[in-house]
Amino acid sequence: MQEHDLSWVRTEMTLAQRAPSREAGAFAWGRKNLFATPLNSLMTAIAIVAVAWFLPKILSWVLFDAVWTGADRTACLTTAQGGELPVGWSGACWPFVSSRFGYFMFGRYPLDERWRVILTGVIFIALLVPLLIPRVPYKGLNAVLIFGVFPVVAFILLLGGVFGLQHVETSLWGGLMVTLVLSYVGIAVSLPLGILLALGRRSRMPVVKLLSVIFIETVRGVPLVTVLFMAAFMLPLFVPPGVTFDKLLRALIGVALFASAYMAEVIRGGLQAIPRGQYEGADSLGLGYWQKMGLIVMPQALKLVIPGIVNSFISLFKDTTLVLIISMFDLLGTVKQSISGDPTWATPQTAKTGYVFAALIFWIFCFGMSRYSMFMERRLDTGHRR
Amino acid sequence: MAIENAVSDQDRDVDRSKMHISDTEVAVDIKGMHKWYGDFHVLRDINLKVMRGERIVICGPSGSGKSTLIRCINRLEEHQKGQIIVDGTELTDDLKKIDVVRRDVGMVFQHFNLFPHLTILENCTLAPIWVRKTPRKQAEETAMHFLRRVKIPEQANKYPGQLSGGQQQRVAIARSLCMNPRIMLFDEPTSALDPEMIKEVLDTMVGLAEEGMTMLCVTHEMGFARKVANRVIFMDQGQIVEQNTPAEFFNDPKHERTKLFLSQILH
Ligand SMILES: Nc1ncnc2c1ncn2[C@@H]1O[C@H](COP(=O)(O)OP(=O)(O)O)[C@@H](O)[C@H]1O
Ligand SMILES: [Mg+2]
Repeated sequence: MQEHDLSWVRTEMTLAQRAPSREAGAFAWGRKNLFATPLNSLMTAIAIVAVAWFLPKILSWVLFDAVWTGADRTACLTTAQGGELPVGWSGACWPFVSSRFGYFMFGRYPLDERWRVILTGVIFIALLVPLLIPRVPYKGLNAVLIFGVFPVVAFILLLGGVFGLQHVETSLWGGLMVTLVLSYVGIAVSLPLGILLALGRRSRMPVVKLLSVIFIETVRGVPLVTVLFMAAFMLPLFVPPGVTFDKLLRALIGVALFASAYMAEVIRGGLQAIPRGQYEGADSLGLGYWQKMGLIVMPQALKLVIPGIVNSFISLFKDTTLVLIISMFDLLGTVKQSISGDPTWATPQTAKTGYVFAALIFWIFCFGMSRYSMFMERRLDTGHRR
Repeated sequence: MAIENAVSDQDRDVDRSKMHISDTEVAVDIKGMHKWYGDFHVLRDINLKVMRGERIVICGPSGSGKSTLIRCINRLEEHQKGQIIVDGTELTDDLKKIDVVRRDVGMVFQHFNLFPHLTILENCTLAPIWVRKTPRKQAEETAMHFLRRVKIPEQANKYPGQLSGGQQQRVAIARSLCMNPRIMLFDEPTSALDPEMIKEVLDTMVGLAEEGMTMLCVTHEMGFARKVANRVIFMDQGQIVEQNTPAEFFNDPKHERTKLFLSQILH
């Protein structure tokens, strides 16, 4: 036995030292992130080949070989097709988009009245931007304006018929405007309604719970196309004869109810992640049900499911294209109609150009929502940092 | 040794006839209370009268129903038989009465249950503002007063996740005190803490006791029990098995189960 090994006393405390500096530079970064393992290297190689293969083709079609000006289809035709471009040419036909741009944005909304749509859009942006920037104060007032006052203003401006504004039937509405109206209403209705449904589904009151479950499961059990058909053709059966329901309104109701059911399930997922201690903490302080839910549980639950909520918004935004089947023309609908129904621009490149344009617009909106949600997630991350 | 407040079945009948004890002197009165979880009889014939200003420590083996008992006092759990009267208000299904009781009874939990999305100050002002309708400014002043008392005013604008366990528990105590409660319930407030943080929380509780707060504490901190408790209650299998002054309880336990329990925790 070596007894002296058992006893030892430090004579000097070691001072904190700087961490050893890592290998820096692009080379070290690449070795660590791109070629760390054989599989890693293989994936890197495949990715490089794929980019090298596709990117030049895409860029030359969209930009370098594209036609930018022209008055009609001849600008985008090869000599063999009756135009002036070399045989075998392929590229985007952008003048098609610029000549039809107004239609893609506003549909058949009367030319002289389009300022009303633009004004509505400007008001919306003026209200949305400060709401999205966390540092800007008066969030409560801002929210009331954008979700309470703005819909009324937008309704009057877009539909008209009062204050000397010419009445513009919704059957004339179209393009991006319809896409945005459907999305705005879908989002503005589905979030609060989804919250209520989620609470209802977790309620202790059997009737409330049953109704919520029936609604959610029924709506989730059928495709949106069916809901839209039902909204368009079956809703009128339930209202007294003589009362006519605007077709856009029917589509709005269908989209909003559909989105609410999904939103409810996303939010319920967040509610389930809130520990019982939070409810008990709130109860022990004497908070009532709505105070407990509104101040303690919901803020935390919603924060947890931001990615799911935004995912629902993005789905909703893209699902609005389905209104085409009840013969309403959203952005994609107007593009599609121009491609098939406009002989002025009938060329082999028109369809591709139109769909790429529509895809780009959809992508810009969806990517924007996605990035904003990531920003918010990071910003709201206050809990459990230890 | 007979304890004045120890209530057996006979004593209770005597108390009822002697009406000179006004209701305000009795903080909590539990009479013949039973509770079941489904078929499981978790609390059996609980009789307990707590006078205003009394400090009671409840101990007993794990699963003996200590938490359930004190959670019944602010109706986090529902009892099925018998009576619980808190500050003269009997707890029934009446939601208004439950709210009245909860406003007057503070509770501190083992796992703090602070609200992680709110700052320390917001945690402390939330209930006064929304439940008591105190103006924000006044609520903040009160909150800072109690945060100073638990010795962490400088953390007011941090979030709970940035504080140590001991600090969080002291915030939880301050949060309860901001509601100006007449009774405080503690459910193993130090059990989730690292050893070096237990003292700071116990010191806060001792301070509270010295000011005459009515307290019911579930704890195994026997030093705390000896120092501040008027009465120690020992529970086993959902029943109150023995109660006595701390001195008698620790030095001369009567019941076999108490002796066994004390021999296990005191080594
Ligand atoms: N919500 C519940 N449902 C069913 N049984 C429970 C529930 N809560 C506690 N119990 C049971 O009741 C008994 C008493 O629990 P508890 O009061 O937490 O004991 P203690 O706090 O003394 O450790 C335990 O056996 C526990 O398993
Ligand atoms: Mg317990």
